[in-house]
This record gives sequence, C-alpha cells and structure tokens, in this order.
Amino acid sequence: MREIVWKIGGEQGQGLDSTSDVFATVCSRLGYHVYAYKTFASRIKGGHTNFTVRVSTRRVLAPARHVHVLVVLDQEAVDRTIGDLVPGGLVLTDSSFTPDVPPGTNVISVPMIQIARELGNPVYRNMVAIGASAALLGIPLDGFRAYVADKFGRKGAEVVQGNIEALQRGFDIAREQAGDRVFALDRGDGKPRLLMTGNDATAIGAIAGGCRLVAAYPITPASEILEVAAKYLPKFGGAAVQMEDELSAVAVTIGAGFAGVRAMTSTSGPGISLMQENLGLASMTEIPMVVVDTQRGGPSTGMPTKHEQSDLMALIHGGHGEGPRIVLAPGTAEQIFYDTAMAFNLAENYHCPVIIASDLGLALWQQTVEDIDLDRIEIDRGPLADPAELEKLGREAFQRYAQTETGVSPRSLPGMKNGQYLATGAEHNVFGKVSEDPKNRKQMMDRRLRKIRKLELGGKPVPGLEVSGDDRPDVLLISFGSTIGACWEAADDLREQGLKVKVAQVRVLNPLPVAELQALVDEAGAAFTVENNATAQLAFLLRGNGLNGKPLRSVLKYDGTLMMADEIVAQVREALTVEGVRA
Amino acid sequence: MATVTVTLQDYKTSEKAWWCPGCGDFGVLAALQKALVELEIEPHNVAVVAGIGCSGKIGNYINAYNIHVTHGRTMPVALGLKLANRDLTVIAAGGDGDGYAIGMSHFLHAMRRNPDITYIVMDNRIYGLTKGQTSPTSQTGFETKSTPDGNLERPVQPIQLALAAGATYVAQGFSSNQKQLVRLIKGAIQHKGFALVNTFSPCVTFNKVNTYDWFKEHLVDLDEVPDYDPHDRVAAMRFVAEHDGLVTGLIYQEPESIPFEEKLPGLGRRPLAAQDLRPDKEKLQQILAQFR
Repeated sequence: MREIVWKIGGEQGQGLDSTSDVFATVCSRLGYHVYAYKTFASRIKGGHTNFTVRVSTRRVLAPARHVHVLVVLDQEAVDRTIGDLVPGGLVLTDSSFTPDVPPGTNVISVPMIQIARELGNPVYRNMVAIGASAALLGIPLDGFRAYVADKFGRKGAEVVQGNIEALQRGFDIAREQAGDRVFALDRGDGKPRLLMTGNDATAIGAIAGGCRLVAAYPITPASEILEVAAKYLPKFGGAAVQMEDELSAVAVTIGAGFAGVRAMTSTSGPGISLMQENLGLASMTEIPMVVVDTQRGGPSTGMPTKHEQSDLMALIHGGHGEGPRIVLAPGTAEQIFYDTAMAFNLAENYHCPVIIASDLGLALWQQTVEDIDLDRIEIDRGPLADPAELEKLGREAFQRYAQTETGVSPRSLPGMKNGQYLATGAEHNVFGKVSEDPKNRKQMMDRRLRKIRKLELGGKPVPGLEVSGDDRPDVLLISFGSTIGACWEAADDLREQGLKVKVAQVRVLNPLPVAELQALVDEAGAAFTVENNATAQLAFLLRGNGLNGKPLRSVLKYDGTLMMADEIVAQVREALTVEGVRA
Repeated sequence: MATVTVTLQDYKTSEKAWWCPGCGDFGVLAALQKALVELEIEPHNVAVVAGIGCSGKIGNYINAYNIHVTHGRTMPVALGLKLANRDLTVIAAGGDGDGYAIGMSHFLHAMRRNPDITYIVMDNRIYGLTKGQTSPTSQTGFETKSTPDGNLERPVQPIQLALAAGATYVAQGFSSNQKQLVRLIKGAIQHKGFALVNTFSPCVTFNKVNTYDWFKEHLVDLDEVPDYDPHDRVAAMRFVAEHDGLVTGLIYQEPESIPFEEKLPGLGRRPLAAQDLRPDKEKLQQILAQFR
C-alpha cells in the first residue's frame, strides 16, 4: 500500500496528542510523507478529541476520508469515528474496554494498561499502542526503537528499555491477533524530513527573514506564532511581546517599522477586524510591517477551532478608504516559511503592510517539509535614504514621499540627521506635511496605489501563481492556502480517471495575477475555484479584477472542516456531467 | 563625543500652528521644545508620537521624527519605537480624549510595562476638534453639546490612576506655568521608565469653565508645598485625592525604575534597529533540527 491512515480517539487530556506526535514523527523520520491533524473543541480538558495521521509514499497535504487503523479509548471515540474505517480496517483497543462496534468489525484487543503496569509506568500505555499500531500497519519497529533511544536517552537506560519493551509487547500481541489481516505499507523514500506546523514555519521563517520583534495577542489558531517567536527570538537579539489587544499589537509593529526594525504581528479573523484602522495607517504612512492572519471560521466569534478561508475581502479591502497592501497566500508549511521571510523584503521594498493569509489547516496541522535551504533567504532592505546625502540636504528638505516612477520613495530612519519628517495618517504632501489640496491628493493616491501594481525583488518578478499539470486541460482548479493540498491530490485522482487537469495556486492574492490566470482559464475546458468559504471570495476577486470569458465555477466548503480531494473530484465530475464539458 | 549645540530654532518647523489663538497647546509645544534644547538632544534622535485631536497636531510643529497615529494608539506605537531603538528619545503626546477615552487601556498597560517613554497629555477637559463635547476628564454636571443636561459621569482622575497603575514618574503641569512645565518634561525625559506629564492646557473656544483663570485659582503648586515627598506613592495618592487632582509639580518618582526594554531577555545594549539581519544559519539549523 502506498498510504495508510491511523487515527486515535478519546477524551481530551488523555495523552492522545503525544501518542500521535510520536507516531507522526517516527513515520516522518522513516522517510514517509506525513500529514497529521486533529479534531478539537474550544475547551481545555474533557470532551472528545481525535488525531489522524496520514502516512504516504507521496506528498500529502490534506485530510483523508478513510482510516485503516483506528485506536479507540472510549465508546464516544467509537461512535464518532467508526464510520471512517475502510472495509477490512482494524479497531485497536485496550483489553479493559469492550467497544460496541458494528458486526464484522475487526477488533484487536491489547492489554495496554496491564503491560504498562507490569513495566512499572502507566505512560508506557501509549508506547504499547504505538507498537501495536505499527504491527497492524506493516511498519517495522526499528525506527520507533531509534526514536525512543534518542528522545529518552537522557532519562537513563531503564526508561529507554521500558519504552522499547512496551513497543515490542504491543507489536507482538497485535501481530499475533491480527494474523494476515495486517496492512503492508510500501517503503518510503527513506529521506528524512522536518515535521512542522504552519505556525512553527511562520515564526522561524520570520526570524530567518530578519524579523526581530513580534507583538501579538493570543488567539486561536495563531497563538503558537507568538509562542515560538518568544522561545527563539531572544537567541537572535530580538523579542516577542504579548500585548493587551490586537490594536496595540499592530501599533507596536508600526512603531518598530517606522524606526527601521522588521516587525510582525500574528492574529486571526477577529484580530484582523480590530487591526484594520492601523493597517490603513501603515498604508498611508508607508511604514513596512508584516501581519499573519490565520483564518478560522467567522464572522464574529464564529468557529474558533474550525477551518475556513473567508477573510480575503478583509485582508485586501478591509478598513476605510483605499491603500496598498500586499497579500501573500502560502499553502504549505514550506511555502509559509519562505514567504514569511520574503514578506519583510516586500514590506521594506514597497513600504506598505504585507499580509500573509494563512488558515487553520495550514497553521495547526503537522506536515512533512523538505529540508529548508537557508541560502535561499536574502535580506533586501529596500530604498533607504543615504545619510551622507541627507547631511548635505539641510533641514526640512527631505522629501519622504517624493513622486517617483515606481511610486516608492526612499525612507529615512530615526537617527539619520536631516531625515526628520512627519509620518501622518492624514493626507500629506511630498514632505509629509498635511495637505488637502485636491491635486496633491490625487497624486499621492496614484503614487501609493502604483507601488504595488507588480511585485519585484532584486529585479526579479515575485511569482503570483504556481501552476502544475497538463496543458490544454479539461479542468483547471484555481485555489489558495492550505486547500491547495486537496487540489493537487484531486488532480491526480481526476487524471487517473482520464481527464487532463491543471492546478493554479494563487500565491499572491494582492496584486492578483489576473492576466496569467486569464490565459489559463482561456485554454481550459472548465475552470473552478476551490475555496473554504461560502461566497466564493476568490472567484469574486478574479471577476472584480477583470477576469472574463467562460463561466467560473466554484467548489466551496464552509462546514468548518478542510477540503478533501474526493469532494473536489465529485463536484467537478458532477459539473462536467451536467454541462457536458469535454470529457 | 563632541558637544553639540542645540537651539530652539532646530526644533521649529516652517509650519504655522493651526491652533486657536490663546490655545494652551502653544505652551505645551514651547515647553517640550525648550526641554529638548536644554537637554541638548538633537532633533534626529527624537521621535514624537502624536495622537488624534487638536493636541495631536503637535508633531506638525516639531522638527523631529514624527508619527501621527490612529486615535488612542500613541502608547503602543511609542513602545514599538522604543523597543526598536532604545537610543531614541521617545515622546508621546495627545489629549485627554485620545489618552483617557479611546486610549485608556493602552495608557494603563504602558504604565504596567514601564518602557522609557515620556507621555504628555494636553488635558483641556473637553473635546475641541469635534467642536465641544464632554471629555473623560470633564467634571460631573459639565454642560456640553453632548451633555445638555450636564455630565452624569465622574471624571477620570489621571494622576490617581497613574499612581495606582504603578507609573514610575507622575507629574502634572499647567501650560501657562512654562518654567515648571519645562522642568517637569525634562525630568520626564531623563527618567528611566514611563513618565506621565498630564498638562492642563485650556481650550479657549469651547471650555468656558476650566479657563486659565479657573486653573490659576484652583491649582496647588507643589513647589510651594513644604516637605512634600515625591518618593512616597501612598502619601502622593492621599495628597492628590485631597486636592481633587488639581496639583501641579512632580507628584511621584520611583528612583530605582528599570525600563521594560532593559528587562526583555533578548535585547542587548545595541538598538534593534542597528542589528545585522543576515540570518545566523547555524542557530537556525539547530532550531530546525528540533523538528526532525
């Protein structure tokens, strides 16, 4: 088998997360592609939770519908997840618990608690479960043994031995009970990868990109960005500060950006709403700063622990008035690492806020990441005034907002003599002085908006699209954010059904690469946007930016769960059948 | 370091101040400029963060690095500046509406953190730029366009609040008492930590009650109170409460104040803004290795 899915369900606080983490980490170390996610509620302890780990020989970046091995710790877990089991799937339980399952279900019962007790530590129960799972999924124990030695070595030989014993006993008992019903996972490519969440990658990518100050207010699902930054920034001479609210968090980044420090704030929907006025200020004063929005279910409190991609309008057009903002849309942990690092270059080259549109699926769920190439990361501080030239200028002569062809004017930083100016949210002239002169207003507005018509760094264009698949396709899928993982998978599946498929990942939501998309739409049989929202915001943006021609269909999902490949396949097939488009 | 001569001219701009003739804010502007000159701080090393309202225009008239921010957000912007470059003299300035209504939460949290920022509030007890509504510091019963039957609320007491919130430098000035105001602002800038200088700055157009004469009549000048101890927080609270907040001078200063930016573990002596940003690949690789 080229892929297996393992799921563990029980009550929150039962140690399911660490069990899942060990399983996912070892599979990643063994050279498999891993995607690990959980279902959780907005409460701390108690209540049902379940973790799913997809282990594959191919890249996987989306949830799976079917489970091969289901580890259940209580009846609620059975009731909620049994429907996911594939035919021939195995249910693994502790011997002390007799689950009520549909007739014909293969139940493997292992005395996990008893073995753990015999080995002298109740925590070993998790290792017994992992050992048993490995047996049922056809994964050898070697990798797990090596992991145990590596992680628990410091705690002494006894702990290592206890864990290994637990693994082995779980493995042996499950193997014996299951007989020839076990699965056999193909070997992976053996290439070890990193196992990260998007939030991990965002925080570390920011540090790699020269960010030295993170100011944020905790919010699901963005909090880990602040936490990871707080852990590592001091090692780089920087700081992460937990602010009193989102208004102050974004304001700190503006103050720091004005002073010449790369600063970032991270938040989710409600926080983005609160930040809108200050995003306008950063646009108007042309102060570089970076904001990460990990989208979740909205509006209002909506569904804080559920996935959605419905902030696009807020990110691009939110707030009052009109001002430039760059909006990036990475879809994988690897992409968000490099995009976050790049965001600071863009902010300092274009003197405006750069927003990274993340989403809960990308932010929280672990995925394998190919080795990060730090040599790819460059620091480009953008147009800065030359202190020697400023000295010669004399006082009150520096034109901070000078009219230039690109629209970007070099900025001075506090401490530079004769570079003093007023950065104001009020309309102003080239010197920064407040002005409501109609001619000046129009010139300033044109210049600010002109800045981001096309994005370049170091003379090279910043790609707004990432395109893969067949030329002259029957089906074009256009998507962004973590939904892209399901699109890539759906494209493979549709191809297996004989269709030609192309996938366009929108990497920059503003400025939107409309001309490139137009060409793709024109050559495709049918074009779909694939989005986790109810109103097809991406399609709306495309139309609003001038995309025309054939009808643009949308595959939408807004029930709080991530898009799955088979849902895209089904909706695309249905549309093709109904309308008889090629195929 | 060579000594520099800083003159009042260095801090002036070509902009003519758009305040009503007789506005108290002229006095605050003059006192701030004078304090900076007397401390021999060069304009390019000063950052002024101004709020919204008449008082928020102060940044237009000071030749320094000025940022005129959103309503109420002077405190966090000033914090960002200070964290970014601790060598800068960071001055936040705004009015009673900006600081004590929309910005109240940031005001309290700034005092809790104690960054090295000087905060000058131009308190005229009314909303001027929106043409005469009640303000958080307006007295109970005060009649304005928004409170035609008189203000039903109690006024915010900025000095008592600051003392209770743990502010490490608490002063109150009066814009027409230039000598004292300059001294208070200088003390605030020299203080290592958060310094509040609440300044009565009469609105000659809309506030017909709290006029220059009214303040002159009601204010108690601490310079004339023998044995007043500005290092005793509890005594300061009692004294200020007994005089309904109408006290000018240095009310309280904590001698051993350590600014927030000095406590943050990562921030070294060199300003963040002066750091080399090329990534330390070895350190980053070590961090990434934890995800294996």
